[in-house]
Amino acid sequence: MSVAKKVENMQPSGIRAFFDLVLGMKDVISLGVGEPDFVTPWQIREAGIFSLEEGFTSYTSNKGLYKLRLAITRHLKNRYGLEYCPEEEILITVGASEGMDLALRALINPGDKILIPVPSYVSYGPLTELAGGVPVYIDTTPCGFRLTPQLLEKYLGKNPKALILNYPSNPTGVSYTAKELEEINRILLKHKVLCITDEIYGDLTYDFEHTPFATLKGAKDNTVYLDGFSKGYAMTGWRVGFACGPRDIIAAMTKIHQYTIMCVPITSQMAACEALQVGRKSVEEMKREYRRRREFVVAELNRLGLDCHKPEGAFYAFSSIKSTAMKSLDFCEGLLKEEKVAVVPGTAFGEVAEGYLRISYAASMENIKEAMTRMETFLKNNRRGKAK
Amino acid sequence: MDEILEILEKNGRASFEDIAKMLKQNPESVKEAVAKYEKDGVILKYKAVINKELAKEPGTEVRALIEVNITPQKDVGFDRVAERIYSFPEVASCYLISGTYDLLLIVEGKDLHAVSRFVSEKLAPLENVKGTTTHFLLKKYKEDGVILKHREENKRIAISY
Repeated sequence: MSVAKKVENMQPSGIRAFFDLVLGMKDVISLGVGEPDFVTPWQIREAGIFSLEEGFTSYTSNKGLYKLRLAITRHLKNRYGLEYCPEEEILITVGASEGMDLALRALINPGDKILIPVPSYVSYGPLTELAGGVPVYIDTTPCGFRLTPQLLEKYLGKNPKALILNYPSNPTGVSYTAKELEEINRILLKHKVLCITDEIYGDLTYDFEHTPFATLKGAKDNTVYLDGFSKGYAMTGWRVGFACGPRDIIAAMTKIHQYTIMCVPITSQMAACEALQVGRKSVEEMKREYRRRREFVVAELNRLGLDCHKPEGAFYAFSSIKSTAMKSLDFCEGLLKEEKVAVVPGTAFGEVAEGYLRISYAASMENIKEAMTRMETFLKNNRRGKAK
Repeated sequence: MDEILEILEKNGRASFEDIAKMLKQNPESVKEAVAKYEKDGVILKYKAVINKELAKEPGTEVRALIEVNITPQKDVGFDRVAERIYSFPEVASCYLISGTYDLLLIVEGKDLHAVSRFVSEKLAPLENVKGTTTHFLLKKYKEDGVILKHREENKRIAISY
């Protein structure tokens, strides 16, 4: 039996083998994890348990519980002044991941081009291809992993349908100020290119306020805004996200969602309602903790000669290993085998990120400290004999 | 609360260097800030949180919560009487509270008899103590924010996007 060609061709295999190697090893200190090391705050877990006790075990409407949609739209209005209609302009999704898949499938006609700044989160390219689109990768490495207006403009001649913009970014931690976003928005509007934004790390922005793309002038009707509870509220395993956007696009996404997913599990939706009620304090506490770790990790990496810009958000440091003259994958395999520290090779997020590592600081300070000490040892052993 | 205090409250052994890196300050100024907190009595002391049930044979230490009714005194109110009571080394904690009694004590002793003896011989006979009620602690679940139970931890997958 043979599987579909486009599925067979997905995923770079080298990385998969490295992941398997990590999973097969014991006592590894991992800075390779893409989720918070915090457990979901207790009030939120308790709300999930209580909903089960009360017998909430049924399907919900395809779009998601009305009270959750209402709570999210209210939250967006209070926090950002962003107004969406809870009936028609929001859909509850299985994490922002499903939202991305739905948005691409709802928008792409065969051959449509989708702009994807790289290095990027792993799903954007494959999902675009599965939907019949053509990913057009924008190499942001010369611009410090930022999508600058100049860079974006170079790709508009290809007549793209949409741009996928993820900020704060997994894997680079780069985010954008309102001013930078306005520039990008102006160009997109001028050239009639849609914006699909993945703002799942929005709550974890450290140096300035996060600006949802849809709040920019004229952007709301041109933007599919994806977000969720996974990162900010430490709710990855609950799988609750949401998509907001123009009603015709949300309606199209809902059509696909109703056939594939039906609805997000009701327990998770009930817990998410509680998260919006009580969770903000926990989010702020976790954010302070991440920020402290960020300062620590960035200082340590730069001390070790693994140059690292300061990430404005998320919980990743994207560090250069060019001073070692090693390949990303070799570095990561060596570090894992010799020092039992796991980090993710930059190349997992695009070939352009050769020579970089993604180091997650969603780990305890204790583990981060120990991992840095081990990395120092690894560097000493592997730089030995080389010219200074 | 200052982030230096937030860090030290979680980990009293965090070094000045590490705190400095986390807060992007220099170690000297962290050291000075901590010295000032210590001098001003904001930071009172550093200690380890010990699970005593594991540290030695179980049952060798007893704790009791004791409710105390007292007669306040002119000018000094409850404070003078409280001082007489909390000065006993057996009293680990002492709080003035609202409600049906006045002071809540946490008293420690090596066994039941030691605690009873303290109550009947030292506490109850005090001039301004009108009455006491003693509750012995049977089991500790959580203390000062620390849950005293080892549970199986949910392990995240060691590597993920």
